[in-house]
Amino acid sequence: MTLLSVENLTVEFPTRNGVLTAIEDVTLTVEPGEILGMVGESGAGKSMTGAAIIGLIEPPGRIARGEIRLEGERIDNLPREAMRRVRGRRIGAIFQDPLTSLNPVLTVGEQLIETIHTHLKLPRAEARESAIDWLRRVGIPAPEKRIDTYPHQYSGGMRQRVVIALALCAEPRLIIADEPTTALDVSVQAQIIALLRKLCKETGASVILVTHDMGVIAETADRVAVMYAGRIVEIGPVAEVIRNPQHPYTAGLMASIPRIGPRPEVLPQIEGAMPRLNARPQGCAFNPRCPKRIELCVRVRPDLIAAGQGAAACHLINEKEAVA
Amino acid sequence: MTADTPLLEVRGLKKVFDLSRPFINRLIERAGRQYVHAVDGVDFSIPRGQTLSLVGESGCGKSTVAKLLMGLQGPSAGSIRFDGVELAGQPAGHPAATRRRMQMIFQDPYASLNPRWRVARVIGEPMKSFATHPDPTERRREVDRLLEFVGLSAADGDKFPHEFSGGQRQRISIARAISTKPEFLVCDEPTSALDVSVQAQILNLMRELQRELGLTYLFISHDLAVVNYISDWIGVMYLGRLVELAPAAEIFARPQHPYTKLLLETVPDISMAHRDMERPAGEVPNPITPPPGCHFNPRCPLANDRCRTEPPAFDWSGPARVRCHLVHEGRDGARPALAGVA
Repeated sequence: MTLLSVENLTVEFPTRNGVLTAIEDVTLTVEPGEILGMVGESGAGKSMTGAAIIGLIEPPGRIARGEIRLEGERIDNLPREAMRRVRGRRIGAIFQDPLTSLNPVLTVGEQLIETIHTHLKLPRAEARESAIDWLRRVGIPAPEKRIDTYPHQYSGGMRQRVVIALALCAEPRLIIADEPTTALDVSVQAQIIALLRKLCKETGASVILVTHDMGVIAETADRVAVMYAGRIVEIGPVAEVIRNPQHPYTAGLMASIPRIGPRPEVLPQIEGAMPRLNARPQGCAFNPRCPKRIELCVRVRPDLIAAGQGAAACHLINEKEAVA
Repeated sequence: MTADTPLLEVRGLKKVFDLSRPFINRLIERAGRQYVHAVDGVDFSIPRGQTLSLVGESGCGKSTVAKLLMGLQGPSAGSIRFDGVELAGQPAGHPAATRRRMQMIFQDPYASLNPRWRVARVIGEPMKSFATHPDPTERRREVDRLLEFVGLSAADGDKFPHEFSGGQRQRISIARAISTKPEFLVCDEPTSALDVSVQAQILNLMRELQRELGLTYLFISHDLAVVNYISDWIGVMYLGRLVELAPAAEIFARPQHPYTKLLLETVPDISMAHRDMERPAGEVPNPITPPPGCHFNPRCPLANDRCRTEPPAFDWSGPARVRCHLVHEGRDGARPALAGVA
């Protein structure tokens, strides 16, 4: 059974100058054990999608339309208290900055034990055993000693390991990881990615991995959703989206990433920048930057339709003019 | 100056920061002084019209090198020669005739432009302070030309920085940097605050400028793929020291230092080459108490007793300079030691 299904999710922010639509008609599913990557530029709506799923949209933002179902049960309209129980127990979260996601005045052990005790109803002594075990599983050396130390006594990479242990210790089915490696150095980032992958395989948890770094997605995710201006423009298996992108934005994005290896004389670039929330063009939001724009793109907003091994929101797919 | 003299020559550059507690605390706590060797004896030179990139993880000292070159901080030791003129030990901004020829582009285009100044004033300021265009009308004409040169329009000069996107702001920073017709630009992570599609625009613009104006760049980045695109030379830094310095193609084709190899293996790449690889362990140690001998020895799979006690020399090995006992002894099995060739 599908673990998570999101349908036509739309998040709006009412402001003095009218309603801003942060994300619009986002539809996706996550299967058990799957890692779904969400990639896009800043402001594309990838973090907002994660926040909506976990019920952490800051007011005055609100879910204006759509449904979020976890194991078949609707969670987008749950009361605060009920959502609090879902959060942590059934959906875990890992955020970008490991220092601000840990409580600085509690030891790492207290935070882990509290989480395990609350969600799994284990007695404290057993919860402590379990906490030590989790620290070991995320690769903290000498966990029996380290459990009684404070977050500031850990390095950045070790802190993010603790955050991962905290997210996983209540045995959630789904983890939302929002830029989990962005604050880390590249050699540490590789370790954290590998750890996340390994633990999810072991526990069978699914992950929504939100990042701006396509390299991280390529090495971690099973499928990827590419977001642009609040909408999913393409979704499909990672290798397929990288090698054979269906949407002109995805194609442009993949080409503009510098790679290690023979270097081109000029790096392919997409002209312009992503439109702001209050200045999205009519029709396809990408049309002012699109090299393959046709007349229809300026008028009509394309829906996500089957393309290649996934789906893409582009009129050219129906026009049988696949992206080269 | 002949064409083959490097534009910039750095020898034995050091910067030590004193992190000691105040005297009275040291007395009470019986603590000694504490120093960080942020830059610990760095040597490199950059030929005219070429790009040297410094790469490394946070805290390796690459940005401190940039600040030392620009005179934003004074070096503790060593020499910085720009076109034959010694800059180390000179007061900030001196000698002005040489400083005009060096400019800098910063990482964060949101913090490096004065939010209360219109763009024309931001770009015109260096021309005013170096008196290259003292006449305001003439200066404004030059600003307009620069704006168009970096891909904006002349009318943008009347706007404020907040009206621009990150990529456009970085274009403004570049226009400001080239306004005094410098020959040398220090670029400290100029694209790491930008989105990928915009990063490509800025990198292309920088290469175009280099071709048209014959600029020399010192480029600082943590992203090896970006560095691959822009550099002629690459220097890899680890805890304040250069561990490898080589032509760019050489670093990628035949990395020699174990740390260079580690960096290359850990870059997430969309070719998915490393997807199921074993990950190297360890993190960068605290720079206040770096490991003795070779700083990299606790993370190095091939370290031996000599690596743990004796700091390796920065010697030639083929076309590269490498700071590694393994390479010089030929123990890495890749290349015979060529120490002493130059």
